[in-house]
Amino acid sequence: MSEQLFKVTIDNITIEVPPGTTILNAARKIGGDVAPPAMCYYSKLEGSGGKCRTCLVEVSKGSEKDPRPMPKLVASCRTTVMDGMEVKNITSERVVDARAGVVEFLLLNHPLDCPICDQAGECHLQDLSYEHGKEATRYEFQRRTFQKHDLGPYIQLHMTRCILCYRCVFTADQLTKKREHGVLDRGDHSEIATLIEKSLDNDFIGNIIDVCPVGALTDKTFRFKNRVWFLKPMDAHRDCPTCSGKVTLWNRGDEVYRVTARKDEWGEVEEWICNTCRFEKKKTSDWVIEGPRLINRHSVISQGHYAGSVGTVIPTETFKAVNDGRQPRLLMDIHDISEVNQTGTSLSAIERPAHSTDFNSKKA
Amino acid sequence: MSKKLLLEKAHVEGIRYYDVYRREGGYRSVEKALKTMGPEAIVEEVKKSGLRGRGGAGFPAGMKWSFIAKPEGVPRHLVCNADESEPGTFKDRYLMEFIPHLLIEGLIVSSFALGSNDTYIYIRGEYAWIVDILEQAIEEAKQNGFLGKNILGIGFDCNIHVQRGAGAYICGEETALIESLEGKRGNPRIKPPFPAVQGLWMRPTVVNNVETLAAVVPIINMGGEEYAKIGVGRSTGTKLISACGNINKPGVYEIDMTISVEEFIYSDEYCGGIPNGKKLKACIPGGSSVPILPANLLLKTAKGKTRYMNYESLSDGGFATGTMMGSGGFIVLDEDQCVVRHTLSLARFYRHESCGQCSPCREGTGWMEKILKNIEYGHGKLSDIDLLWDIQRKIEGNTICPLGDAAAWPVAAAIRHFRDEFEWHVLHPEEAQKRNYGLAHYADPIHVPVTA
Repeated sequence: MSEQLFKVTIDNITIEVPPGTTILNAARKIGGDVAPPAMCYYSKLEGSGGKCRTCLVEVSKGSEKDPRPMPKLVASCRTTVMDGMEVKNITSERVVDARAGVVEFLLLNHPLDCPICDQAGECHLQDLSYEHGKEATRYEFQRRTFQKHDLGPYIQLHMTRCILCYRCVFTADQLTKKREHGVLDRGDHSEIATLIEKSLDNDFIGNIIDVCPVGALTDKTFRFKNRVWFLKPMDAHRDCPTCSGKVTLWNRGDEVYRVTARKDEWGEVEEWICNTCRFEKKKTSDWVIEGPRLINRHSVISQGHYAGSVGTVIPTETFKAVNDGRQPRLLMDIHDISEVNQTGTSLSAIERPAHSTDFNSKKA
Repeated sequence: MSKKLLLEKAHVEGIRYYDVYRREGGYRSVEKALKTMGPEAIVEEVKKSGLRGRGGAGFPAGMKWSFIAKPEGVPRHLVCNADESEPGTFKDRYLMEFIPHLLIEGLIVSSFALGSNDTYIYIRGEYAWIVDILEQAIEEAKQNGFLGKNILGIGFDCNIHVQRGAGAYICGEETALIESLEGKRGNPRIKPPFPAVQGLWMRPTVVNNVETLAAVVPIINMGGEEYAKIGVGRSTGTKLISACGNINKPGVYEIDMTISVEEFIYSDEYCGGIPNGKKLKACIPGGSSVPILPANLLLKTAKGKTRYMNYESLSDGGFATGTMMGSGGFIVLDEDQCVVRHTLSLARFYRHESCGQCSPCREGTGWMEKILKNIEYGHGKLSDIDLLWDIQRKIEGNTICPLGDAAAWPVAAAIRHFRDEFEWHVLHPEEAQKRNYGLAHYADPIHVPVTA
């Protein structure tokens, strides 16, 4: 049975998706800058999304049947597409302005302690601020602080860094039988905590570290041990009785510094892993190594990868499609002038440090 | 003397109890609706009446009722929103406290129209004593066969349950109310799905304000078309206004929406003027979250026409020069009041009541409060006023529920109309600690450009 597909245009790029797809997921199919950032939405967690407001987009045409635009910006993670819908994300000034506002709000009380934060380098808030934020805050008041809260031997909670995305609450709800933590209080003093000091020790509770978009929940067994960009992510597996056993090992030399679940290009976990795999199995001999993990070339983690030996993912470039086929305007096209770093030569295909001869077209 | 429909009998001795209420003609609408009308006919009658939701948004009630989904075998629910927490609004409290059977009667008719066998009254936690009043009224109605199984022998079962909130303003938002009623944290849900499709326990649900449901009684008794003749234009029927602030006679008044704002404030029948011979400076006509207006724009619209106490006239001019009917919390400020301080106390309220779910409201409301505090206590900068404007602009419309808008509007309106008072606070920080800005030009007549 062929299913009726909905045509939706996002930033001038048209794509066909099945009914019930959200705008965000449709945009992710296109990829690149067209996909709105999402701090709270998590495709694997039911009911997540709608809270952070970073994925707001403008719907300039509701559908083929009802072409009226939606008056307000909508949360793309929770709005499903209609046939003939036209969405503006990066092409809408309203969206860019609102998103800069949301980033400012999210960073308002964030301590910005990235230099001492274990999440630095893989932090979604960091990426978001670089891409959509302003260079300085206009906030002149003391940032909010919380009382320290101990969540047990494995998980470290830094409430000051939390952006209240509720992902960890959904994870505990949907992955474990008994949720021990939640959101206490309300408004700007609401916090993630257990009601009375309790340690979180469910078999799968370690996954809340992976879903946390910021450094609010970090791995105590990895705490202050290393920077993620000094480590090499390797796909590995083991025969685990409780979970799939498919993980990413973060190595330096032969030493396993930490174990996480495998994350896809949107930073979402592919398969949940159990606490034993995550916290206990920290020897290379525990694992069967499959090979290097593909890392997005824009990520700082890819800086430790040597050309040719570890593959990196080149992010989708949507500029031309978004701007009606126009190429980016360049003040100076470095490829023409220097003949270095030509687009035809893939750096990762070079098996050794790059040399000028690699780009010398005359020689070839 | 305007017509009274809801509070006509409110002062009859013992009206709180069933016997007196019944003797005064109570529960006639239940008999009429259940015995002679079908559910569709009742919805049709409410549609004809043009009754608009009295909780604040003013959405046509009949329309809302007709949206309710009716899937086979799934129970539907009616929820009465009695979580009246808006600063300045206390009309529902009066209604429930003095004439509880009117609400129960309206609830039975509405439940029948919507097919709700279990109807809930979600009441504000602070109204602890009213819970007892309502439960007693429900018990009396049950004993007299108006509630429970097989009402009036037509085979319709209905029970009304009273649930107390725990004191959160946000639970007056319909989806947060539903979450709270389900026993969860009172966070607003993301719409869609709307409550009419998936509400309480994922069943189709209608949430209506106390006054809206009580107004169903006169609509059934007199007929929708008769009801629509009261009032003016799309503002039909009567509206309860809870007046407070600098007026001689604060209290709850029932108006038929044909009187002017000036008459409402100064006539002896209503507010009775401003005490001590002071002058009117500003007013918030519909509860704390609607835009504040200076005296000149309150009494006359920007086009120089008289402003009336109804939905259309109050919102004449949009947010630039108008305001909203809201929930009818009429707050009057005289010339001695300070708009900056007033805005600060509202900002503090919204900061305190934000649920903390979505980021613009959680972070923005606290930020606005801190800046307003600085301005009020003489530490402000001129740039702070523009910053406030920018913050409210980035909150408004970008949040899950209307609380974000409700927090942004008072600040926006205060800056829009009273910017010179804010500037005076910044430029004269020491003087601002000793005296208020006063009336200034806020009551001066507005120049209306002559058009050909």
